[in-house]
Amino acid sequence: MSENKPDKTPLEDHESRKHVDEVSGVETTGHSWDGLRELNNPLPRWWVWIFLITIIWSIGYFIIYPAWPVPGGATEGVIGYTQYKELEDSQREIRTRQQAYLEDFEGASYEEILNDAELYNFAVSGGAAAFKENCAACHGTGAQGGKGYPNLNDDDWLWGGQLDEIHQTLLYGIRTDSLDSRMSLMPAFGKDEILEKDEINAVVDYVLSFSAGDHDTTRVSEGRIIFQKQCATCHGNDAKGDQSKGAPNLTDKIWLYGGDRETVYDTVYYARSGMMPSWGNRLDENTIRQLTIYLHQLGGVEESEAEAEQDGDVLELPDKGLYDDAPPESPEYEKTQNLPSGEEAVAPQPEAPVAREETEQETAVSDEREPDKD
Amino acid sequence: MSWNKHERLEKNSLLLLGFIIVVVLIGGIIEIIPLFRQETVIEPVEGVRPYTPLELAGYNIYIRENCMACHSQQVRPLRDEVVRYGHYSLAAESMYDHPFQWGSKRTGPDLARVGGKYSDEWHVAHLKEPRDLVPESIMPSYEFLMHKGLRTYDMSEHLEALKALGVPYTEDMVKYAERDAVIQATGAARADTSGLEERYGEGVNARDFDGQKHMVTEMDALIAYLQVLGTMVDFKTGDNEEEATQ
Repeated sequence: MSENKPDKTPLEDHESRKHVDEVSGVETTGHSWDGLRELNNPLPRWWVWIFLITIIWSIGYFIIYPAWPVPGGATEGVIGYTQYKELEDSQREIRTRQQAYLEDFEGASYEEILNDAELYNFAVSGGAAAFKENCAACHGTGAQGGKGYPNLNDDDWLWGGQLDEIHQTLLYGIRTDSLDSRMSLMPAFGKDEILEKDEINAVVDYVLSFSAGDHDTTRVSEGRIIFQKQCATCHGNDAKGDQSKGAPNLTDKIWLYGGDRETVYDTVYYARSGMMPSWGNRLDENTIRQLTIYLHQLGGVEESEAEAEQDGDVLELPDKGLYDDAPPESPEYEKTQNLPSGEEAVAPQPEAPVAREETEQETAVSDEREPDKD
Repeated sequence: MSWNKHERLEKNSLLLLGFIIVVVLIGGIIEIIPLFRQETVIEPVEGVRPYTPLELAGYNIYIRENCMACHSQQVRPLRDEVVRYGHYSLAAESMYDHPFQWGSKRTGPDLARVGGKYSDEWHVAHLKEPRDLVPESIMPSYEFLMHKGLRTYDMSEHLEALKALGVPYTEDMVKYAERDAVIQATGAARADTSGLEERYGEGVNARDFDGQKHMVTEMDALIAYLQVLGTMVDFKTGDNEEEATQ
């Protein structure tokens, strides 16, 4: 391995072997490996300078930025840079830009926001962004909902579609651990052996008779009696639901879990208790208020409309396309969708005047509903 | 620097090796030694506790299924991420993860703060068939987790091993690991959760996560894990925020 001549010191060895390459005229490093030598060209000038500059640069970097680890952390650097501060700065910047709106927005009541086009737009666009990240996973990007997750575009609200009601639901959620959570629990009538299977079938027939679903007309009156006893406390004598208990209206064609026989049977047998997380801990108050406005403009119930309902007026629906999934051959359908959802106040009688007038034209349906009236 | 001395190094490989080690060590000592002292890298934060045995089992399933290949678990201190996911992650939040699951591949959303964001039913439905809920999702189905019973018999040993790595599991936690796991997946409605709460705190999620009351499945464990992610530290108080920015 070693070509060193042992009788020479390394220095002598090197000097004695100083060698200039004949072809290029450049001195070699003096090393020889099996007769191969290496030219000792100087490093390119540009390379040397860049190298020196990077060293100088690093010294400046060490001084300005946090760099050296020391006991208990690291040097902070003269400008005190941290990513946390950078984040704060960028958040401050966006807050400043939003400030023009936020100042007014924070103090404004919902009513004021609805009446101020600029604030309203601010709320709706902010709410739309927050919706996409936080709500769309369940309710869908278009708020169209899905099985078990309500469609938020329509007028059918489980827990109320007015601004303060939406706000409350968002803040505390539905069936969460929060004390202010929306809370109700439907009994599992079959599983907990409250009702026999025959009785459940009768109730299902009765419930489906409202929406002209697939049902056995002979069992409707039996089902009605059971319904009044077991279900009416929450769903109401007229089966139009009760938003204070989150009990859905069973007379419309809007189903959360499905309106076919088997699904409705399952619902009565096992009960349903969908939950929605509370957002008060996750989103700030402004975002929740923006979301409230956003959801309200999607399909919330206006205060004035709620009053109008009580007069038996029908609501203008925001989007007919929502009902595309309805069987087009069902003439009753067009009418059902116009049923106002919160009519309890009007009707100790099960059916509001409007609804009855329309449904009676459908002989099959009105026959089944006849027993309701005694 | 004269060549003759350097030639000695070049021609004596052991000597060269020795000097290489010395040079690398200098850099290594300066960079690495301070990190061995945990207090220099992990800010103290209130509320972080070791995983319950059920959550730990879920964490193991998370690793087994290599969720990290598509999901990161670190909210970086960038405005868009903080707006989207919530408060940026703190080192302390994953200090009991061995190994941590920060990841860097972000095909799916970051999961560092997914706990409490969705309902258990949502997680079950989503893990079964992601496209039912998110049509554009490319995540595979994990429905089989519903049918796989959770392995619980060696949980005590697992906790013991982590204890050796510095996770502060108490003797009781080790002793009752298997029982705690089953109780957490059963829920307060049908089991006595007082022992579990005593050991892991009042806030521990104890319920039937996958909706199958008759068995404790891997789905239970994974959802229990997902539901606790990012929820241990209470950022509302503001104290922790200050500490973190120091």
